[in-house]
Amino acid sequence: MKAVTTIIGPAAPLLRDNVDTDLIIRIERISQLKRGQLGPYLLETLRYRGNGPESGEREDFVLNQPAFRHACTMLGGRNFGCGSSREMAVWALEEAGIRCVIAPSFGDIFYNNCLQNGLLAVRLDAEVIERIATASRDGANVEVDLRALEIRAPGIDPIRFEFDEAPRAALLEGLDEIDQTRRMSEQIAQFRADDRKARGWAYLG
Amino acid sequence: MKTLFDKLWDSHAIAHLAGGIDLLQVDRHLMHELTGVEAVRVLERRGLQVDSPELTFATLDHVISTMPGRSAGDADWSTEMVDAMRTQMTQHAIPIFDIGNDGRQGIVHVIGPELGLSLPGTSIVCADSHTCTHGAMGALAFGIGSTEVVHVLATQTIRQKRPKTMRVRFDGSVREGVSAKDMILYVIGRIGAAGGTGYAVEYAGDAIEELSMEGRLTLCNLSIELGAKFGLIAPDETTFAYLRDKPYAPRGAQFDAALADWKALATDEGAHFDREVIVDASAIRVQVTWGTSPEHVIALDDTIPDPASLADESRRQAAQDAIDYMGVRAGQHLDELAVDRVFIGSCTNSRIEDLRTAAHIVDGRHVAGNVKAWVVPGSLTVARQAHEEGLDDIFRAAGFEWREPGCSMCVGANGDVVGRGERCVSTSNRNFIGRQGPGARTHLASPAVAAASAIAGHIAAPETRASR
Repeated sequence: MKAVTTIIGPAAPLLRDNVDTDLIIRIERISQLKRGQLGPYLLETLRYRGNGPESGEREDFVLNQPAFRHACTMLGGRNFGCGSSREMAVWALEEAGIRCVIAPSFGDIFYNNCLQNGLLAVRLDAEVIERIATASRDGANVEVDLRALEIRAPGIDPIRFEFDEAPRAALLEGLDEIDQTRRMSEQIAQFRADDRKARGWAYLG
Repeated sequence: MKTLFDKLWDSHAIAHLAGGIDLLQVDRHLMHELTGVEAVRVLERRGLQVDSPELTFATLDHVISTMPGRSAGDADWSTEMVDAMRTQMTQHAIPIFDIGNDGRQGIVHVIGPELGLSLPGTSIVCADSHTCTHGAMGALAFGIGSTEVVHVLATQTIRQKRPKTMRVRFDGSVREGVSAKDMILYVIGRIGAAGGTGYAVEYAGDAIEELSMEGRLTLCNLSIELGAKFGLIAPDETTFAYLRDKPYAPRGAQFDAALADWKALATDEGAHFDREVIVDASAIRVQVTWGTSPEHVIALDDTIPDPASLADESRRQAAQDAIDYMGVRAGQHLDELAVDRVFIGSCTNSRIEDLRTAAHIVDGRHVAGNVKAWVVPGSLTVARQAHEEGLDDIFRAAGFEWREPGCSMCVGANGDVVGRGERCVSTSNRNFIGRQGPGARTHLASPAVAAASAIAGHIAAPETRASR
C-alpha cells in the first residue's frame, strides 16, 4: 500500500445520511467490471440521468459541478458507507479521485476497507463538516494532514481530528499487513498448538 | 465479569498489537464467488498460499442462476465468474458446495449453520456484510472486505479493532403473529440504521430465548442494518439441539467436549455493556419499511410519517427523498399500496420455517393477478426439506414461481431484478435505492406479510396468523 500523508484539493459536499455502498457502486458494476473501470460509475444513480455515464450528467450532482469535478475529498453525512461489505465502493471512490472522506460516522466494514486501501476516512462532528463545506464551497483547496492530524481550509482556523494510532502509522508508512502478520508465524503457531488442546472440536481436518 | 462478546473475542486473540488492534484466529472462513474470485487472484499474484484450506469453505450464491435446470450463470460474465471460482477452489483444495456436487449449495449464511460449520465459540469471517447472521449460534462472526480476505487466506488470522458492546434486551414475549423479522425491524426503527455502528450487539431476554434457531438467524442477520458488524445470541438448548447431527458439527465425545465449552458462553451477571437498550416485546407489532433505509420502518397499520414532523434537517431531507423515490405519500396507509413483485428468499428469510409460514398463508389461495411472486429457498437442503413437506407444490399451486437456491432478487447480482418503478414486498434485508434493481421500490417485511401481500395484491397483514 502506498503511503498517505497530506491530501490537498477541493472537498465535495454530499451531506446526506446513510449513503450506502449499493448507492456508491451498483451491484452489476462490481460483478461485471474490473478494478480500474469503476470510477465513472461512482454514485451513478445520483450522478447521471439514466443508466450509466452515456445517459448524461445531472447538473445538480456535486461531482458534476465545475468546482468539484476534481475533488479529492468528499464530505459526507452520518453512517457513510453503511450496508454491503463490497470493497469496490472504496475502489470506485479512489478511481474517481476521492482520497479522503470526512463524515460524522462510517459503516464499520467500509471504514476498515478504507484503511486497507489508503483512503483516509476522518470522523468529525456534522457542524465542523459544515464549516469545511462552507470554506470550500467555491472549490477552494482543503488540506487534510494525517501527520499533523489537522485540516486546513481558507478563512477558518485549523481543525484537529483524531485517528487511531496504529492505522495512522500504517498509512503514513504504507505498511503491508500481510507481511507484518507473516512475521508473527511462530507466535501464531504457538497459539494454535495451545488452542487445539483447549478447543480441539473447533479444528477440522 | 465478562460479556459473551468479550469471552468470544478473548479466546481468539493471538496477540495484542499496537493501538488497540488484536490479531484474531479465524476458525471458519466462508467464501462466495462475488468477492472470492478477485481475492484469490490477488493472493496468487502475490505468490502466497492458502494457509488453512481445511477451515475455508466456499459456495456459489450471488451470481449463480436460480433458474430451474441451471448449470452456472444466466449470462456469459456470471458463468465465467462461477467457473473461475470452481477452478480456484479446486486448485487451492478449498471445499466448494457446488450445485452438481452433494446437494449442499446455498446462500453462505444459510448453509453455514445448517451444515454445522458455524458453531458456538467459533470465529467466522466472510467477505459479506451479513456474516453477522452466524452470531445467532453464539459465534464471533463478522463481515470483512476483499483485502482482508487476502489476509485471512494467507494467514488464517485477521487484524481487528475491538468494538464497543451493546445489549438489546427484549422483556416479555411477542404477540401472536410477530416474527423475528418484526422484532429486529422494530429495533432498527427505534435506534436507527447507525444505532449499532461501532458496536457488537448481543440480543437477550425472554423473547430471544423463545425464538427458534431460524428466528435467531433472521434477527442477527439484520444487525448490520442496525449498523453493527457483529450480532450475537448466547447459545442454549435450542442451539445445541439444532446442531446435533449436522454434517460438520462435532460428533460423539467431541460433541460432549464442545458442549461443555459452549455452556460457558453467556454474559456474566453484572458484566458491563457500553450501551443497553430495553425493548418491551409485547409492544412490537408487524413491521414493514416504507422508505429507502431500514430505519424507515413502521407498524403495518400505521401511516407513513410526514417528513415535516422530523426535527433533524438531514433526516427530514432523507425522508422526503425516500418518499419521492418510493412513490408514496406522507400519511398514507401501507395497505393502499399495490404490489408488482413479491420475493420470499435471501439470507434473512429463506429457511424452512420461513417457507412453512408463507406456505401456510398461501395454501389453497392464489397470487393476485397484478403480482409476480417468487420463492427462492436458501439452500438445496432447505429446498429438499420443503419438497418433502409438499411446500413447493403449495407455492406452485398458488401461482408462485419456485426457484433454485441463491441470493437472487435480494441483491440482483445474477440478473434477478425488480423492474424500474415496480413495487416489491421482499423478505430480504435492504431497501436501499436500486438495491433490487435500478429504480426498484422495496418494502422489507416478514415472510407472513410477503405471502399475504402476494395474495391480496397490495401490502397486507396475514389474515391467518401463522405460527412463528
